[in-house]
This record gives sequence, structure tokens and C-alpha cells, in this order.
Amino acid sequence: MSSPAPSPVHSGARSGRDVAVVAFAQSSHTRRTDQLSEVELVMPVLHDVLKQTGLTANRIGFTCSGSSDYLAGRAFSFTMALDGVGAWPPISESHVEMDGAWALYEAWVKLQTGEADTALVYSYGKSSPGSVRDVLTRQLDPYTLAPLWPDSIALAALQAQALIDAGLTDERGLARTAVRSRRAATANPHAQLRGSADVEDLLRRPYEVEPLRRHDCPPISDGAAAVILAAGDAARALHANPAWIRGIDHRIEAHQPGVRDLTESPSTRLAAAAAGAFDAPLDAAELHAPFTAQEIVLRRALDLDDRVPVNPSGGPLAANPVMAAGLIRLGEAAALIHRGEAGRVLAHATSGPCLQQNLVAVLESSAGGTR
Amino acid sequence: MSKQPVAVVGVGQTKHVAARQDVSIAGLVREAAVRALADAELGWADIDAVVIGKAPDFFEGVMMPELYLAEALGAVGKPMLRVHTAGSVGGSTALVAANLVAAGVHGTVLTVAFEKQSESNAMWGLSLPIPFQQPLTAGAGGFFAPHVRAYMRRTGAPDTVGSLVAFKDRRNALKNPYAHLHEHDLTLERVQSSPMLWDPIRYSETCPSSDGACALVLTGARGAARAPRPPAWVHGGAMRSEPTIFAGKDYVSPQAGRDCAADVYRQAGVTDPRRQLDVVEMYVPFSWYEPMWLENLGFADQGEGWKLVEAGVTELDGDLPVNPSGGVLSSNPIGASGMIRFAEAALQVRGLAGEHQIDGARRALGHAYGGGAQFFSMWLVGSDRPGS
Repeated sequence: MSSPAPSPVHSGARSGRDVAVVAFAQSSHTRRTDQLSEVELVMPVLHDVLKQTGLTANRIGFTCSGSSDYLAGRAFSFTMALDGVGAWPPISESHVEMDGAWALYEAWVKLQTGEADTALVYSYGKSSPGSVRDVLTRQLDPYTLAPLWPDSIALAALQAQALIDAGLTDERGLARTAVRSRRAATANPHAQLRGSADVEDLLRRPYEVEPLRRHDCPPISDGAAAVILAAGDAARALHANPAWIRGIDHRIEAHQPGVRDLTESPSTRLAAAAAGAFDAPLDAAELHAPFTAQEIVLRRALDLDDRVPVNPSGGPLAANPVMAAGLIRLGEAAALIHRGEAGRVLAHATSGPCLQQNLVAVLESSAGGTR
Repeated sequence: MSKQPVAVVGVGQTKHVAARQDVSIAGLVREAAVRALADAELGWADIDAVVIGKAPDFFEGVMMPELYLAEALGAVGKPMLRVHTAGSVGGSTALVAANLVAAGVHGTVLTVAFEKQSESNAMWGLSLPIPFQQPLTAGAGGFFAPHVRAYMRRTGAPDTVGSLVAFKDRRNALKNPYAHLHEHDLTLERVQSSPMLWDPIRYSETCPSSDGACALVLTGARGAARAPRPPAWVHGGAMRSEPTIFAGKDYVSPQAGRDCAADVYRQAGVTDPRRQLDVVEMYVPFSWYEPMWLENLGFADQGEGWKLVEAGVTELDGDLPVNPSGGVLSSNPIGASGMIRFAEAALQVRGLAGEHQIDGARRALGHAYGGGAQFFSMWLVGSDRPGS
């Protein structure tokens, strides 16, 4: 990207209390979980993440979740999922109707106030009960856009075509992204799609919505994820190698795709600047780019070149449980640090059509970047 | 790490009505936001972040409507968060926004909550279909009526107490230009003879379905010093949740409500809420919830809440006025109803509540609840800066 990195606008995202991700758990994401209710989907993940830290729900200072009633097909779907937490005695708790990455942000803010030292964050999505590409059309402006039912793949195709028209990628470049992501996922036991045919083979297949082929689109996934945050000494007590959140910020853009330049992601760039992403080299990045072309947009916004490994987990092209896929990027980024495989990792989450809203966090080991 | 003080410097709300057919959803939320900014004498550029809340997306048929509302709320290029904690959401949304200021993350935050209930039928939106729930209840009233009956049995409260609350709140609403219901001809007898909807809850003891929005501008000490009108200072705020259904749950006086109030009082240094608070805006969607919450929030001993109602303590001229605005019984844009409670509490301690102002109000409680009486959010606001 040619424009200089913007200077952070007024934001305290990089000051304040040290907060780290000290545990991460996720389901093994699958195409459908007809036999599981949402609480049954969430509960094993919650048990896993709590077990990693030895904490129990009533010793957590704050709990926050993210989910969508439109996926569940019923109002107040999150109230039943709360049963999976075991909110008794009563807990300090909140919920965002957003991807779990924003639930993590709310929890991070809570820890910044000093009112809590630990937080449990979880999110889940079952895309299987309906047709998720049609369901997501209900996110659009209800007066001018939703009545046209442009589905999520059609909108992503517009974005991909804009990139191709601008000479910023081509169908082969998109296929390479798909192959790289799904082959990386062979090392991820939680991924839904592991492994890929080669580029030549993929390019012989039919379009889903031109210029996107099936490999350019995310799988339809049911899944859940959970993270535990802790501040300062609590973090050090709960993990030998906490993944410190050095900065976190999120920004939204205009809604109408027609008023945006879909080849750019200014909201990602603003959030990244405020989170300190441009201050030092990165060892890896986990990007919430459900469509291959969106990874190109994000790489440009984040100044990521080929030296930085992107989506070593396989990313959302390998498993895309809507409402949890963003939180999983934060979790996977933290896991790289927990395992000592990276010292400074960028995590990104998105929401809305064509990357309308974006969150960026920079996570570091105690020693900082470059492993 | 010590929290930054948080002040409410702008309050805005729409005139709540059954159907705002003259505005879109974007027009509705913007109307409240513009009024809050005008109250604070600030512009869109002064806002660092936007926090929006509403109840289930099915009420308008728009999934995650904050995405479409980004432009209408001046959020482009800024952080925007969307909170959903059932009926308590208006309160929770204000608390999430307040935390952004308290944590020092942002200087000035706009928070908005809304519901445009005319887009759907909320009663059936709240009646979950099989397989999620057995088809035993119709709407929130069907869910809560047995808990009201349990309260009456437990305390021996006379049947008329609910009608006293409803009559009081609807009369208070006549002094509030933003209230949905302005029933000039209402009498106590009419309340008591109105149709029985969910025994023992009568039609006139039930909240309306409203279109409406509420907005607040929250800022820190510097912003408060620049504010053109007196600020309301946040002295305490908390949320508590418990499961919907479990063996031993006390639906009449849920533990989460008690714990939430206790946390807020502790933060605010309140040891005797009955004496130390001047006014309460509590979430009373069905009249009987006033005596129930009076006990749950520590204003009355167990079994004594209805006696305060009967004695007129919660009237506009009583010594603990409850819902001088007319409350949820007079205006209920569900997602905004909690924030309206928080906003009305702020207006009271700012001395800006107009005709329903309680003279000399210095400390007020804003209260909201939701789900199966399981989600609670509250804040306590005061006219003095905390610690001063």
C-alpha cells in the first residue's frame, strides 16, 4: 500500500494495564452438528479452556460472549449458551451480538478498568441449520440493499473482481492463497478442510460466482472457541509464556459497498496503527479473511509481505464458524506465542460485508518479537 | 490501576410512540444521538467511539444492524461496538460505554440504544418456538405472571397493589413529553377493570410496544469541566447474570439482582439505599415488579415492598420516588428501555428532568433487567463528582 501508516487517533489502546491471553480452546469445526445444541457445542470448549488454567467459572472476574440470533434462528440464543458457563453463583457477564473478537475487546476494556483481573471470552456459531450465505444478506441495509438479496459470496466476488480489475491479483494468485491455507491446515487438528489439490487443478474447476471458485470461499462450519485473559501478575501465574496484548483497536467503515473502494481496507489500517502493528516486525499474522481475495486486501492494508507467514493455522479458508472465526484468529495468534513459535503476532477479525468492520491486535511474548 | 471518573454530559431521546412510520431505523437512532450531542454542545467529530445496544435482531428483521447504522451514527473510521444482553441491554450498553472512558481508552463516547418494535410483533418474537421451548407461554407476560403470583402468595400483598403502581406511572408519564402513553382520562378504577391479560396482570398494568431510541454522551473529568450543563457522575455500575432456569432459582427475588445492587452500592459507598438515594428509575414492565424490585434492590425488607407502594412512598411526592418519568409501563422500546432508565436517573441528578424533576435529587439509581429475570445492569449517578 502506498499511503503512509496513519498516526493513531486518540486512543489509549496501547497504554494502560498489561493484559495477556493465557489460554485458548476451540472445537473441531465441522460442516454440521445436528446432534448438538449450542450449549453442547460450547461446553466442552469452556471446560477445556478453564482446565488449562485451573480456574472455575466463579473465580473468573468477567465473562463476555459473542454470537448471533440469526444463525441460531431464535431470539436470545445466548441465554441458553450461558448454561454452559454454569453462571451460579451469579457472575459479572456481558454479550455482544458480534464475533467473539469483539467480546474479547469488551473484556480487555473491563480488565483495563481494574474491576477484574481475569476474563473468560467465548463465542460460537452454528451455520448448518440454515443457508448461511442467504442469512448473511439480512445484515445489509434493510431498505436499499437487503431486498435485493445479494449473498455473501456475490458481494465477495464484487470485491475480488475489483482487485483483479485494479491489477492487484488474478485468479491464479487467489488459488495460490487457497492452496497455501488449506495445506497449512494439515497441521491443525481443529480445521475442517485440510489439504488441497494444486493450483492448476483448482483453476480447471467451475466458478461459484465469477471470479470466485469454490476454493476461494470458506467452508460452512459449526464451531466454538474460548479464551482466557488475565492481567499482570495473574497472567504470569496462569501461564509460563503469556501472550501479551500490546495493542488492540477496531474500526468500522461505511456500509454501502458502492461508496467504498473495495480494494482497500482503511479501517484495518487505522486499527493496526492504533494497535502498534507498524512499530516492529511481525513473526506471523492470523487474518480473518474468509475469501481468498480478502487476504490480498488485508495484506496491503497491513503492509504484510511474503516474509511474514499468514494464517499458519489454515485460517478461515480451512474452518469458518461464523461469530467465532475472528476470536479463533486471536486464539491461534496467542497459541503461537504460548508454544514459543513466535514472539510478535498480529491477529485480525472482521465483520460485515466485504470487510466493513475490522479489529487488529498485536500479541507478544514477554521477550517481544523475532521469537 | 485506578479508574477515571465518568460523567454523563449529554442525554437525548425520541418521543416514544407505537409506530414511527416517518423515519427509518437510521433516522430513529440519529434523532436521539443528535439530541444527546446538542445537550452536550458537541459535534460528531468530538466522539471517539460509538457503543450501540438493542434487544433481539428479529424485532426489526435486521441482523447486526449496527453495520448498516455506521454512517447514521457518525461511526465511520471509529470503533463501534454492539451489545446485546436481552432486556437489560440498554443499561449494559451504557456501562460498556462508561468503561471505555473509565479505562482511559477513549475520551468521549456516544452510546445509543433503540428498538423499532413496529417492524414486527414483539410478543411473538419473545415466544420461542418448538424445539427451543415448550409452547406454554405467550410473550414476556406469560413468562412473568407466575412469578408475580408467587410474590403475592409469598407476601400476602393485596390484589390492588399492581394497579396502584400502574396508575402512578401512567400519571407520572403525563409530565414527561417523551413518554409513549399519555392517558389523560385514566382512573384507578379503569386500571382495575381493564382486561385480564395474564392473570394477575391486567392490560393497564402492562408495558406498551414502542418505537424509540435513547442516547448518552459520556466523558471524563476534562470533558465534564467543558460541559455547558451540569454533568451526572457515575458513582457505581455493575452487571450480573444467572441461568434462565435451574432448581432453586428464586424468580421473585433473583440472586443476580441482589448481587448487582450490592456491588453498585459498595462502589458508591451507599450503605442504606432507602435513605441515601433520592430517586429510582427501575425497570418495571409489569406493575408488580415495582414492589418486587424494591425488595430485591434493598429498599424494603423481604415481604415489605408492597407496603411502600401502598403508603405512597414511591409517588412523585413520596420520599423515594420511583419512575417519575412514567417508566417502562409508559414507554417501552425494549432495547432502549434500560438506557432510558439510566438516562432519566442522570437527568434527575443534573436537575434537567423538567416537569417530573424531583427537587434536590443528588443521587439516583438506574436499573434494568432482562431474560428470564436473569440479566441485571445498574448504575448509580450523582450530582457530585465521586470522592468530592
